[in-house]
Amino acid sequence: MEHKKINLTLKIWRQHGPKTPGSFVEYKVAVSPDSSFLEMLDDINNDLEKKNLEPIAFESDCREGICGTCGLVINGQPHGPIPRIATCQLHMRNFKEGDTIYIEPFRAKAFPIIKDLMTDRSAMDRIMEAGGFISVNTGSVPDGNAIPIAKEIASEAMDAAACIGCGACVAACKNASAMLFVSAKVSQFALLPQGQPERYQRVEAMVKVMDEYGFGSCSNTYACEAECPKGISVKNIARMNREYFMAKIK
Amino acid sequence: MIKLDAKVPAGKLEEKWTNHKFNMKLVNPANKRKYDVIVVGTGLAGASAAASLGELGYNVKAFTFHDSARRAHSISAQGGINAAKNYQNDGDSVYRLFYDTIKGGDFRAREANVYRLAEVSNNIIDQCVAQGVPFAREYGGLLDNRSFGGALVSRTFYARGQTGQQLLLGAYTAMNRQVKTGKVKLYTRREMLDVVVVDGIAKGIVVRNLITGEIEKYSAHAVILATGGYMNAYFLSTNAMNCNTTAIWRAHKRGAALANPCYTQIHPTCLPVHGENQSKLTLMSESLRNDGRIWVSKLKNDMRKPNDIPEEERDYYLERKYPTYGNLSPRDISSRAAKEAFDDGRGAQGQEAVYLDFKDAINRLGQHVIEERYGNLFEIYETITGDNPYKSPMKIYPAPHYAMGGLWVDYNLQSTIPGLFVAGEANFSDHGANRLGASALMQGLADGYFVIPYTIGNYLAGDKPTLVKTDHPEFNKVQKEVEDMTTKLLSIKGKRTVDDIHKQLGRIMWNKVGMGRNEKGLKEAMVEIKALREEFWKDVNVVGNSKDVNQCLERGARVADYLELGELMALDALTRNESCGGHFREEYQTPEGEALRNDEDYTFVSAWEFKDVGKWELNKEPLEFTSVKLATRSYK
Repeated sequence: MEHKKINLTLKIWRQHGPKTPGSFVEYKVAVSPDSSFLEMLDDINNDLEKKNLEPIAFESDCREGICGTCGLVINGQPHGPIPRIATCQLHMRNFKEGDTIYIEPFRAKAFPIIKDLMTDRSAMDRIMEAGGFISVNTGSVPDGNAIPIAKEIASEAMDAAACIGCGACVAACKNASAMLFVSAKVSQFALLPQGQPERYQRVEAMVKVMDEYGFGSCSNTYACEAECPKGISVKNIARMNREYFMAKIK
Repeated sequence: MIKLDAKVPAGKLEEKWTNHKFNMKLVNPANKRKYDVIVVGTGLAGASAAASLGELGYNVKAFTFHDSARRAHSISAQGGINAAKNYQNDGDSVYRLFYDTIKGGDFRAREANVYRLAEVSNNIIDQCVAQGVPFAREYGGLLDNRSFGGALVSRTFYARGQTGQQLLLGAYTAMNRQVKTGKVKLYTRREMLDVVVVDGIAKGIVVRNLITGEIEKYSAHAVILATGGYMNAYFLSTNAMNCNTTAIWRAHKRGAALANPCYTQIHPTCLPVHGENQSKLTLMSESLRNDGRIWVSKLKNDMRKPNDIPEEERDYYLERKYPTYGNLSPRDISSRAAKEAFDDGRGAQGQEAVYLDFKDAINRLGQHVIEERYGNLFEIYETITGDNPYKSPMKIYPAPHYAMGGLWVDYNLQSTIPGLFVAGEANFSDHGANRLGASALMQGLADGYFVIPYTIGNYLAGDKPTLVKTDHPEFNKVQKEVEDMTTKLLSIKGKRTVDDIHKQLGRIMWNKVGMGRNEKGLKEAMVEIKALREEFWKDVNVVGNSKDVNQCLERGARVADYLELGELMALDALTRNESCGGHFREEYQTPEGEALRNDEDYTFVSAWEFKDVGKWELNKEPLEFTSVKLATRSYK
């Protein structure tokens, strides 16, 4: 069903490369309210390409809110105005005729801009590589049911594990802190029996790399939880602080 | 003519893999570090292979075009992963999982591979649990299961509606651990554009660095492609935006046979198309069919709201036609039944859609139970469509989803190019003509954790391949060819955009090489695709330059490959004069409209050998069934 199109003014951040200065460029569009936000950008790019102009560089992949590739700051909010969704799940029916929309990349010292709306979030992978795993080799494991886990514990671990690694928490935080992201992984493994043997070295190793990459500290504004597309709770940050403290006094 | 040797080990079906593991050559632990292995793709198959090979001591180079290995499209798999644990005491066994998979694939898969898949399925669950994958649990703390299409037992393990995400993160963390030890070197934002074959043996790859535009060369003793499926040939599919066929297609053009490209899965439960600028289709997990009932109005052109249609005027067509399996009928059958209802003028409110209704389940179990089981899926539905599925039924329709076809591999998962192995959706091996739900995750991880680590060792110890340096003339030649293609793409400067041509290809594929195929349509499709390909190379506009981030160039090169693959998909469908699984030829059906196989003439794998663009030679691998009896696939 095609609904009547709505007319919008977009101010999109264009920046040719990491070292060149960027600026907002204005685009006028008429878009179907059933269209997704990224489909609107596809349309703009298609028009630019028709005019032999360079399309706007932005990233997306699954467009189902699970891969964590997309991530735009829309009118100042990472992933836009609707809570609990990624940018790719935002639909234009949430905007109205005549709106002006500002579209920017995630901004953080640890996420340098590559081009236009694309950023380099690989620092998050470096943190994961430091300790975000359980050391088991392929094959050397017990039967799945040999490790009973209470339903509530499994469920709480799953709540934390739902993180999609998009970096919206960092973009939302005035300190560009990655605490929510890191604490989600730390919590998942701290809650589960499988994670116990490496519990304390894990949190220390991950926090160390997090600090090295220039992510800021947490000052408890909870902006991260508010903007997280998966609603990861700040309780995880509290848990990580406790884990870290325990690791230090051990 | 390629010689197809499936290298299926001798002996009884149940003993083949055990015997083969014993008979395969081993690499001395101290020598493993002398071998380099390239893994392309970091989804379930690629990440699990890279992790396992790193643990064994090989030097692994892992490549992904994503910014992070965790983004691979395996992450989007929702419903679950099968295993023959029989934790539910409902009669499951390795043999039953094997049989269901062979039958589900409409008897067009290789028996020995499928048996091995069922055999290692249990190890996968154990492995993932140990990695900290938070599978759903029962109150007693043990693992929970649910049912999926094509099975009468509950053997599907799941982590809410995000099973693929959790399994991928498990494999990703296992690989990260090897990145930390230095055994895996990770190359992100690299798109593989060719494989380098020296004296008939795979020796490395050529990739484009998607940030600098540099064409880079990498060599190794063996190359593994785990690059996923090719369903974006349809433009609109449930695949991610960047999923593409380029890696396997370029390998195909270098000599790797491509098997059964017409075996494509159209998934029955996806969100309907909203309009012209739609970029992709969203899957609603098949697990919803555990509790949702599928129906359309009994009346044609019924424009009433679904809740206004009284019970007696509803046609629960799957329950009516297939009473034994009902709403859990396999994907190919459910998809065709939806198309039939629409073609009959009974689509939901006139749209290309049918209803998936939870009213009865909510009344029976309470809304909280449905919320617990499918909450996130219901949220996704409401976000995209603006409708609340707790209040009125979902509208769903089939969409291109999974490629059963892929590069031909032998029992060792080696392609027809020695040294080139293929894992996961990129190979053709286990699903025959139709894949059952929750079996893709199983196959990806089986290949990566439990098959390739053994068979690669056998290749390295047995064939003793040497390492070729990247300054070898063949590497330079391939690099030049890739650069030339890039230059050519950028120099056309025509009038049509890449997406415009891709969408046109998608329409041809969906209309003529989609859910229902016939000789006339397939012949037309081949002519149209060829013409479109010529138009592409004359009139496309790939904007920008090669020494920069250039997403238009990335898309352009992928579409160039789809325009060749699409023709082969049609040719394969035209050559297979029977209906089986996802391949439904309208000329070959029973009076009730069911697929009509022709076992006498078509019990073989079609392995296509590339001769030139638009020219292939067909090689056949006969399929022999020693353990199962070929039967008409009935879900009635």
